[in-house]
Amino acid sequence: MDGPAAAASGAAFDAGAVIEIAERLQGLEGPLLPILHALMDRFGHVDERAIPVIAEVLNLSRAEVHGVVSFYHDFRRMPAGRHVVRQCRAEACQAMGGEALAADLERQLGVSFGGTTADGRVTLEAVYCLGNCALSPAALVDGELVGRADADGILARVAGGAR
Amino acid sequence: MIRVFVPGDAAALSVGADAVAAAIREVATALGHAVELVRNGSRGLFWLEPLVEVERGGQRFGFGPVRAADVASLFAADFLSADRHPLALGAVESLPWLARQQRLTFARCGIVDPASLADYEAHGGLAGLRRALAMAPADIVREVTESGLRGRGGAGFPTGIKWKTVLQAEGPRKYIVCNADEGDSGTYADRMLLEGDPFLLIEGMVVAGLAVGAEKGFVYVRSEYPHAFRRTEAAIASARAAGLLGADVLGSGRRFELEARLGAGAYICGEETSLLESLEGRRGQIRFKPPLPAIQGLFGRPTVVNNLVTLATVPTILANGAAAYRDFGSGRSRGTMPIQLAGNVRHGGLVERAFGLTLAEIVEEFGGGTASGRPVRAVQVGGPLGAYWPTSLFDTPFDYEAFAARGGMVGHGGVVVFDDTVDLARQARFAFHFCAVESCGKCTPCRIGAVRGAETLDKVIRGADPDANIALVRDLCEVMRDGSLCALGGLTPMPVISALDHFPEDFDRPAQACAAD
Ligand SMILES: Cc1cc2nc3c(=O)[nH]c(=O)nc-3n(C[C@H](O)[C@H](O)[C@H](O)COP(=O)(O)O)c2cc1C
Ligand code: SF4
Ligand code: FES
Repeated sequence: MDGPAAAASGAAFDAGAVIEIAERLQGLEGPLLPILHALMDRFGHVDERAIPVIAEVLNLSRAEVHGVVSFYHDFRRMPAGRHVVRQCRAEACQAMGGEALAADLERQLGVSFGGTTADGRVTLEAVYCLGNCALSPAALVDGELVGRADADGILARVAGGAR
Repeated sequence: MIRVFVPGDAAALSVGADAVAAAIREVATALGHAVELVRNGSRGLFWLEPLVEVERGGQRFGFGPVRAADVASLFAADFLSADRHPLALGAVESLPWLARQQRLTFARCGIVDPASLADYEAHGGLAGLRRALAMAPADIVREVTESGLRGRGGAGFPTGIKWKTVLQAEGPRKYIVCNADEGDSGTYADRMLLEGDPFLLIEGMVVAGLAVGAEKGFVYVRSEYPHAFRRTEAAIASARAAGLLGADVLGSGRRFELEARLGAGAYICGEETSLLESLEGRRGQIRFKPPLPAIQGLFGRPTVVNNLVTLATVPTILANGAAAYRDFGSGRSRGTMPIQLAGNVRHGGLVERAFGLTLAEIVEEFGGGTASGRPVRAVQVGGPLGAYWPTSLFDTPFDYEAFAARGGMVGHGGVVVFDDTVDLARQARFAFHFCAVESCGKCTPCRIGAVRGAETLDKVIRGADPDANIALVRDLCEVMRDGSLCALGGLTPMPVISALDHFPEDFDRPAQACAAD
């Protein structure tokens, strides 16, 4: 998920930190998703080089860990932009002009869904329902829920360079 | 000290509740008013959020929707003691929208301080668990069976029967899993409870554990709900500190441990076997059934998987008795259902009522028609796999069987309203597209069918050979319905076919000059 430190860090790969996180959580029942979420919180993405490290700690094959990372929409492989806009594209938001909003955001940001602006400022992503369907259209902007969203309001939130 | 309530529910926050709370604190301090600010959950009247409430003489008076900029004028109009401000709504309990509801599961949501276990108890919480602690496991299961409670996650399976299977399964270790993946668009009941009354879920899960002999539970919360997840973790921590969870539940000598886990953005992980795979740390792919999760579930152990609302209804059943719950409802749909009004609706929010309200009553009387002011043209009920309903079928009563008889489903209770600008061909196309994006990839009808369906509807939308292509879509739907391993592929035809059947005019389009296949 988009923790406050998420994409902003874009830190260099730190195998020691990955080992520390994996070892701290390995005692959980079913530790892999919690570990991957912890990496997302810390680094903003799951670096390719973390996969063998996690596999080693959990005594899994690399292919297994890789398969899990690639299955879930949340686990990015590359750092995101400095801001992340996740707009709901599901039905209740469609009913309130969500598709026009989506087109508007793409046009004004100059980027398609799934992409990051050339200056690395904003990543635009689709999500399907944020549970704010009575105040649609909705978006999560840097992890914060926005209701009755419009392009101006969203763009104002991502205008700055940092979060 | 006057108590003022400003919801900390994510939807209320999404329209500025934090700024309102901060402004109230600031102005109250400046004016020297002694105000205790409570961050309650939402009452579920979302068009009034942020809904500020003031407690006077034990009664709560509402103001809304309040913006931070209104706060100075609220104080100027003396809102702590009078209802002179234009945003004044009067006594909240008397608002017709709320007074006409039958809130059993949501009885406390929006009223209590969700961070306070003491407040939960003061409002009747833990009565069900206390009663269950004095009962034999089979008697708890019988009580739930007799209440008529059916799963609120979509499939409507009788909860008592599921619990009985787990109770009778042999095994040293069993699990209770709460499905809080709430992937259906147009639904937010699970989220509201996690943020507005989380101890209710915890109580329900402890009761489930007592009933089937499980000592460990997981709450699987979707990652699209970061706020709800934090609230859940906080509630679990305070329940543990207070001895509601742990090795000695309320001093009974019984053990129950609970952990919250975060999903990772996959609709399919709402399906119970896929959810279990995900909890175990694997790709969220569907398991073949049998074995049922009740026999071989999480880590191969007997497991109850229930929707959050199902589990949160159990404490009320135990507290008031099975008969009191079963007395609500119609036909074989017993009890109440939290209906969630969403989309293009004037009064969007949560309506908990006994089964049996008609769609017209839900959409017109509670919903008040569309937000845009244009005519209602369609509603989709039951999430992305639910049917689209035309207004000509608005006499359908909200119950499992009545909906199924007309080609739809109640699902998790989401009702998404569309006005007359909706294009049902595009909505049908979206159903295929969504299935393609979220397919777990395990079976061909779903994985390939969804992509083919979207492509074929693109042709229909361009007016390219519509008759032949519509026939193709119908065939494809049959293949998906009969040949898919789970309901993602199996039910995607429901929105598609209902759109084709009830809104044929939207599929009858002029050929576009530029359209070339
Ligand atoms: C594709 C798909 C998605 C589902 N999503 C959810 C969900 O988000 N929440 C839920 O409670 N049940 C969901 N279900 C239903 C679950 O598989 C399961 O029936 C339910 O959790 C059982 O609990 P209940 O009997 O209390 O309803 C889904 C089913 C399918 C096929
Ligand atoms: S129907 Fe779709 S989601 Fe379900 S098992 Fe098959 S491929 Fe997976
Ligand atoms: S459909 Fe967009 S928030 Fe639920």
